[in-house]
Amino acid sequence: MAQLISRLRVWRGAVLLLAGIYFLVPMAASVWFSIDDVNGIGFDAYTGLLSAPGFTDSLWLTLGLAAVTVVVLLLLLVPAMIAVRLGSPRLRPVLEVVCTLPLVVPPVALTAGLIGVLRWGPDYLMDTPFFQTFVFIQQPEFPLVLVIAYVLMALPLAYRALDAGLRAVDVRTLVEAARNCGASWPRAVFAVILPNLRGALLNASFLTLALVLGEFTAASILGYEPFSVWIYSVGNSQGQMSVAVSVLSLLITWVLLLLLAAAGRERHHKTATS
Amino acid sequence: MSTATLAKTATSATVEFRALRRTFGATTALDGLDLTVNPGELLALLGPSGCGKTTALRILAGFESHDSGQVLVDGEDVTRIPAHKRDAGMVFQSYSLFPHLTAIDNVAFGLRMRGTGKAQRRRRAQELLELVGLPQRAEHYPHQMSGGQQQRIALARALALQPRVLLLDEPLSALDAKVRLNLREEIRRLQQELGITTLFVTHDQEEALSMADRVAVLRAGRLEQCAAPSELYARPATAFVAEFVGTMSRIPCERAGEGTVSVLGRRHAVDGAMPATGDLHVLVRPENVLLAPSPQGPALVVSASFLGAVTRLTVRLADGTEIKADLPTEGATALPVGSAADIALPDRPVLVDRR
Repeated sequence: MAQLISRLRVWRGAVLLLAGIYFLVPMAASVWFSIDDVNGIGFDAYTGLLSAPGFTDSLWLTLGLAAVTVVVLLLLLVPAMIAVRLGSPRLRPVLEVVCTLPLVVPPVALTAGLIGVLRWGPDYLMDTPFFQTFVFIQQPEFPLVLVIAYVLMALPLAYRALDAGLRAVDVRTLVEAARNCGASWPRAVFAVILPNLRGALLNASFLTLALVLGEFTAASILGYEPFSVWIYSVGNSQGQMSVAVSVLSLLITWVLLLLLAAAGRERHHKTATS
Repeated sequence: MSTATLAKTATSATVEFRALRRTFGATTALDGLDLTVNPGELLALLGPSGCGKTTALRILAGFESHDSGQVLVDGEDVTRIPAHKRDAGMVFQSYSLFPHLTAIDNVAFGLRMRGTGKAQRRRRAQELLELVGLPQRAEHYPHQMSGGQQQRIALARALALQPRVLLLDEPLSALDAKVRLNLREEIRRLQQELGITTLFVTHDQEEALSMADRVAVLRAGRLEQCAAPSELYARPATAFVAEFVGTMSRIPCERAGEGTVSVLGRRHAVDGAMPATGDLHVLVRPENVLLAPSPQGPALVVSASFLGAVTRLTVRLADGTEIKADLPTEGATALPVGSAADIALPDRPVLVDRR
């Protein structure tokens, strides 16, 4: 038995080592490439970022798109999922299929579809108020059409995260208990269900954020320049800076992940100490 | 808040179900239920799964709609009042405490919804925690408490708004035997001290008989009998009640005249109406079966179960009928498994049912 355990430990160590090499070597190489200078080590690629043309604009655009995407997605999904659980549990499989459908649609196909609609729409809607809507959602300063694409792409991820959260709580009984205590429907949802979905809401938000930060296909084909597209264009002219930005975006993603984990742990710690 | 203070402020209501009907597709959950719960009474709704007892409770709480009929609380039809305005405290089977709130915040939740000030609601919640014997758990979260403790907190939460009616939906079924026993005594004590009208749904007959002032037995959405536990046990109105409440043996019998049957070689008057046609069975409780050791007796002892003060023997007659009989444990030693015995029923009216 002891021999078996020690052999398992060796295997575990080997797998961890291989996984570590697989992930860490490219990262270390990227960091090294971004600070490698003819005179030794230099941080010009990082210090030059803020003054690089388009850096702040594309970063703010991406963060803005991510924030709006998260808000739209949660406003669409959370009420729908709670309503289905409370009112029509039989519709759950339908909602699941609808929400996970975008998984089987490649971003290129999705974008091609969007382009088709954007081209077709103005011709048919020229004399209607919807024409202005088409113009409005394609403004370069804040292309809402990207939000539509991102919402569709993030739908399966957010659905899974929220579904896991909802499975962990007995939504129906908790709402009934809250209503029995004098809470109206909206108050029951806001005061009892949403606080218990905090982890799931954070997970869904984080996954959406990560997707928007890294999405390239739709934005590039539709001709906008959020952060990912900017990194690509910078990479064509300033290789070292583009890698520095990639390392930085990786760090930002890690920080967000750590913040999420810390937020999740906060409550656990609070309950444990009490 | 002492129980005396709570009792002073508590208002017990009369609850009436009138011709209440509810169907779910092809299934009839309630089929014209008529039942009245008196003020301050603890009434147990007892019946097998699917008999409609929980549906009736949920309609009263406002969580379920009804097809027809009325639910009156102090004469007022409450079926159109939304659940959050019904003034009925409910304890659920699955604890249903809010996981993100501490015990004291759970208890104070209803007061918060009513807009009571923070200091006042915490003070009242603390008093209610003392009432259910858990003041030291005020700052604990539900996952840090046992099932029994969670259910006590749920009871305190249900009482916080001083409801006119307390609804208990199988509150003990998820607990282990010892905790269940303690908690049912606790619930009964509180209910009696507060004098609050209480509906208690259970499928556990022992629980219903030991706690309730009256027990309503439901079957397929209809009321079979509503009576005090002792009456229900001693004088069941129907064969279903007789067999559902307590243990019953069925013994084939012959018609022996108007209102009389012949069973185990003796004539007995029939208790209640005798079916006009068909073969009959006599229904008999184990404590009403008389056994005496006799080598030539017609009953063969086939098994014995030690139940403490009594031992339950199962005897078999020549035609294969098995009858259960409770004997004082000391007396049962004279009838070991495999021995023969004489068998008889006490000389009093018997309950009969169709075979």
